[in-house]
Amino acid sequence: MELLRLTDVSVGYEGKPVASHLSLTLSQGDYLCIVGENGAGKSTLMKTLLGLRTPLSGTIAFSDAIAHNEIGYLPQQTQVQRDFPATVWEVVLSGCLNRSGLRPFYSKAQKQAALQWLERLDIAHLKNRSYRALSGGQQQRVLLARALCATKKLLVLDEPVAGLDPIVTADLYALIQRINREEGATIIMVSHDIAAALQYATHILQVGGSDSFFGTVEEYRQSELGRLFLGKAGEGHA
Amino acid sequence: MLEKLQSYFAYDFVRFALVVGVLVALCAALLGVTLVLRRYSMIGDGLSHMAFGAMTVAMLFSIAPIWLTLPVTVVSAVLLLRSGGKLKGDAAVAMLSVSSLAMGYLLLNIFKNKSANLSGDVCAILFGSTSILTLKKSDVVLCAVLAAVVIFVYIFFYNKIFAVTFDESFARATGTNASLYNTLLAVITAVVIVLSMNLVGALLISALIVFPALCGMRLFRSFRGVIVSASVISVCCALGGILISILYGTPVGSTIVAADLAVFLVCVIIDLIKGGRKA
Repeated sequence: MELLRLTDVSVGYEGKPVASHLSLTLSQGDYLCIVGENGAGKSTLMKTLLGLRTPLSGTIAFSDAIAHNEIGYLPQQTQVQRDFPATVWEVVLSGCLNRSGLRPFYSKAQKQAALQWLERLDIAHLKNRSYRALSGGQQQRVLLARALCATKKLLVLDEPVAGLDPIVTADLYALIQRINREEGATIIMVSHDIAAALQYATHILQVGGSDSFFGTVEEYRQSELGRLFLGKAGEGHA
Repeated sequence: MLEKLQSYFAYDFVRFALVVGVLVALCAALLGVTLVLRRYSMIGDGLSHMAFGAMTVAMLFSIAPIWLTLPVTVVSAVLLLRSGGKLKGDAAVAMLSVSSLAMGYLLLNIFKNKSANLSGDVCAILFGSTSILTLKKSDVVLCAVLAAVVIFVYIFFYNKIFAVTFDESFARATGTNASLYNTLLAVITAVVIVLSMNLVGALLISALIVFPALCGMRLFRSFRGVIVSASVISVCCALGGILISILYGTPVGSTIVAADLAVFLVCVIIDLIKGGRKA
């Protein structure tokens, strides 16, 4: 079932395009990685998808199956959050807000749902801990649980493994894959980690200036642009 | 000492002062936690300087100050706190607040008749020296109504305020109307500032906003814990400060701020004994 279609979209700041002529189609359950070099416009595209910015041109069409408040988002950590006094429970529960309407407090069902996500992400034991005192990997799980409280239809993840050590990174990738497969959540991930992108994603979008590529992982491996980028990334790692 | 206090409670102005003090301190603490966490600690200072400018103009035209200070402060707050606004940033706050302060004093000096006690008036606005003890019943009622509205709005939108403060982009991306809540926060911040001017004066407002929040953040690790403890601390300091100032004839505003500072130092010591902020 088609979820999202981009037609000839250009994104950028103050009228200057960073990435242009992007087109793609995503279906329910797809796992898309957005890759590209620094400054290629990955984050700008993601913010545009989330409705935080408007596209310079082209159209972004969500299917009727998904409403504006059915997008879960895992942003990068902000300075404010590093010393913010909040428990894990308060943070996770705030994900339910988008469906609260004007109701001032959370309902029993919302609390129940939040509790379930804590358990499914193996962080139920952290419920009353202070968010700022957690490790980086634990904080990402908490933010993932918050995103899932908002919705499990479409999750947008902004470099979720940035700054994590390799073991924690592998755990988090496995967890995201589980959410994709078992819960049927559609994933859009901005990533620097091209190896992981090829391993876990079903589709790749490479952005960068006017050159862009969209297709399945297999198509990307065969494409000229993909081979070029993979070669470069390989050299970078060696 | 108790008898002395009892005799003072017979006076209306003492009871009024206590009521206003408690309400304003409570509002300031609620808003303060949000402002400190969003790195807007100095906004109170900036806004109160604007309010000072508005107040001097009101004095020149002999209208009740609140009818001018409230709208001016609300508009300034919305402009300054609106995210993405062109006026945002600490330089903008500094520029606007200091201009407003200077212009206000300049206007007063140029236009006020010479017989008036100019420095006394200015001192009262800046440090709130005696004004809280000269409150009229109508002032108290207005203050109580505004304070009740602020407290109600804060409790009703508590969860939204938390979400927008903790992570504005997440809230926005998942469909919460963050701009609406930002504007709402700006408006009630302005109301609290104008109310606080009665209590501690324009120059000391930051203390009412910042100290309770900082104390709460030393003691508690949950948002709710910080909010509740900040409110309790703020109200106790205001009560204590007013009583001390009545008993010993010290300036009200400075005494409240001194009490806040003392409690903050105690909180720092407790925090150090408990072993840092990581707990």
